[in-house]
Amino acid sequence: VEEVLAVAEEQEAEKRRSVTVEKELELEFDLGNLLALDRNPPPAAGLRGAGPRREALLRALARDNTQLLVARLWELPAERAGGAGGPLVAQLPEPAFRLPREKPPPRPRPPTRWEQFARLKGIRRRKRTSLVWDEQAKEWRRRWGYRRAGGDPARAWLAEVPAGADPEEDQFARLRREKRERVARNELNRLRNLARAHRAATAVPAAPLHPTGHQSREELSHVARVARVSTASLGRFQPRLPKESAEPPSRSGGRKRRFEPLLGNLSAERSRQLELLRDMGSKKPVLDITRAVNKQLRQEEAEAAAAKGKKQSQRGKRGRRQQRAGR
Amino acid sequence: MDALDRVVKPKTKRAKRFLEKREPKLKENTKNAMLIKGGNANLTVTEVLKDIYAVKKPFAVLYKKKNITRPFEDQTSLEFFSKKSDCSLFLFGSHNKKRPNNLIIGRMFDYHVLDMIELGVEKFVSLKDVKNSKCPEGTKPMLIFAGDVFDVNEEYRRLKSLLIDFFRGPSVPSIRLAGLEYVLHFTAVDGKIYMRSYKVLLKKSGCKIPRIELEEMGPSLDLVMRRTHLASDDLYKLSLKQPKALKPKKKKNISHDVFGTTYGRIHMQKQDLGKLQTRKMKGLKKRPAQKSAEDGGVSPKKSKSA
Repeated sequence: VEEVLAVAEEQEAEKRRSVTVEKELELEFDLGNLLALDRNPPPAAGLRGAGPRREALLRALARDNTQLLVARLWELPAERAGGAGGPLVAQLPEPAFRLPREKPPPRPRPPTRWEQFARLKGIRRRKRTSLVWDEQAKEWRRRWGYRRAGGDPARAWLAEVPAGADPEEDQFARLRREKRERVARNELNRLRNLARAHRAATAVPAAPLHPTGHQSREELSHVARVARVSTASLGRFQPRLPKESAEPPSRSGGRKRRFEPLLGNLSAERSRQLELLRDMGSKKPVLDITRAVNKQLRQEEAEAAAAKGKKQSQRGKRGRRQQRAGR
Repeated sequence: MDALDRVVKPKTKRAKRFLEKREPKLKENTKNAMLIKGGNANLTVTEVLKDIYAVKKPFAVLYKKKNITRPFEDQTSLEFFSKKSDCSLFLFGSHNKKRPNNLIIGRMFDYHVLDMIELGVEKFVSLKDVKNSKCPEGTKPMLIFAGDVFDVNEEYRRLKSLLIDFFRGPSVPSIRLAGLEYVLHFTAVDGKIYMRSYKVLLKKSGCKIPRIELEEMGPSLDLVMRRTHLASDDLYKLSLKQPKALKPKKKKNISHDVFGTTYGRIHMQKQDLGKLQTRKMKGLKKRPAQKSAEDGGVSPKKSKSA
């Protein structure tokens, strides 16, 4: 009996040995990609000599590695696809090895003008039915497309002249023209939305300084000031340029409003209060309305002139020529 | 939708589908490879390209004509081809005296060249030279990389990533276990990379796991690494970035213990145990005699005083 048991045990061990592989370092597996990475250094000596010996060595190495990989794959949760007689199918996990993408991930497009407005007002999209009841045909017809609800051209044999319109005008032509205009406006708005989205996507932050040739004195001094202050100690220890004015750092440290100390100059305070009383007492208004209105008008005119000049320069030679020809 | 966000909208459904296939998506398509011959490609290199095409069908495009370009100097023509055929992997074969039997394997990101590695073919055994039975076209291969060089050396690491990307095939959720027929084995030793393809035979063994026997099949290449053009680190990191939406959502309130039992957590509101709905047990119902005894002196009906 003992002999039989020993033989059986040996057979079992033999079977198990046939599928086990001894390796120094464990392999790394990525079953989602059917990938195995072997970190063990391959036997360099054997692989140097060319010929069948090398092939045999490579094949043995491959066999061992494949055995390990297949063992791992067989351990995955498997089921019989398509009923009891179907093939055995294993569920693969997600691929773990990070590989670069083909294209950058898609960016959500910015909302259009209508979408912004709708979000502001809280307007939500109403789902439209695909079929509409057609009174004349007395049946359900599609909203648009083949045999649509109101689109049969033979039906539109009458176009009434509206109340305040010219009786000689061709109404059919008017309807056609209006439709063309509507389509064109829609297309224009779509292109505008597209241009806005495209501009937002490829927006480069505006450079603080124009390229050489267009730099003004104020711009340069502003940029120089910003550059000076962009150090760790906020520009306190920066050496000044030879012709730059020595400006002490503002004692308020950047605060714009400064308040007088409470108990400072008593005489100044007294004079200020007396002036205030005088202004309150006098009948004459402090604000001279005519002067203020004139000032505002002058400012508006100046703005209008500047805008007109800019528009002319924008339109360029063609615009100016057209304007002159139009007049 | 991006197909409709163009200046010229597609007029047919087919054109729309074509554009939608090519636009950037959350979960991407399988990468296509283009196999290009250089101006002076010899027989070996042409055979290599044809064999790799057979392995990678249908996710590969084999260009028939020779293209006189030098990928390492000028990448514009490669990028143009990639844009036209929507391929993000390429294999360019050429031959000259200085670099005999040259293969440039590379990939693209956003139709611009990301990585390029030049490999020289020292020995090549083609599919038709090995007279064994082959596995069907389009089988997903098992990939095995042997050698510590693949982890230590940066160039070898990129090469490994490139080869995985190239030969991976479509990403599938489940696989038929009997259909694991093809294995590609890469060994890096002594500055050379040996690529061998084997057909897997699953033999019976005593236990559930089958015993593997390999049969030589398919193209086998002895490669040596020449020049490389790797992407800068930040560009590579940018290309690896996956959108957040792809991350698997973690299921809350589910935990597992050591034995594999799944525990779930349910959050309930506060319950009034007095008003719980339990089963009606007739024996426990209050009898009318018992009820009056409980009530005692408090009689519900008021006695009328005359």
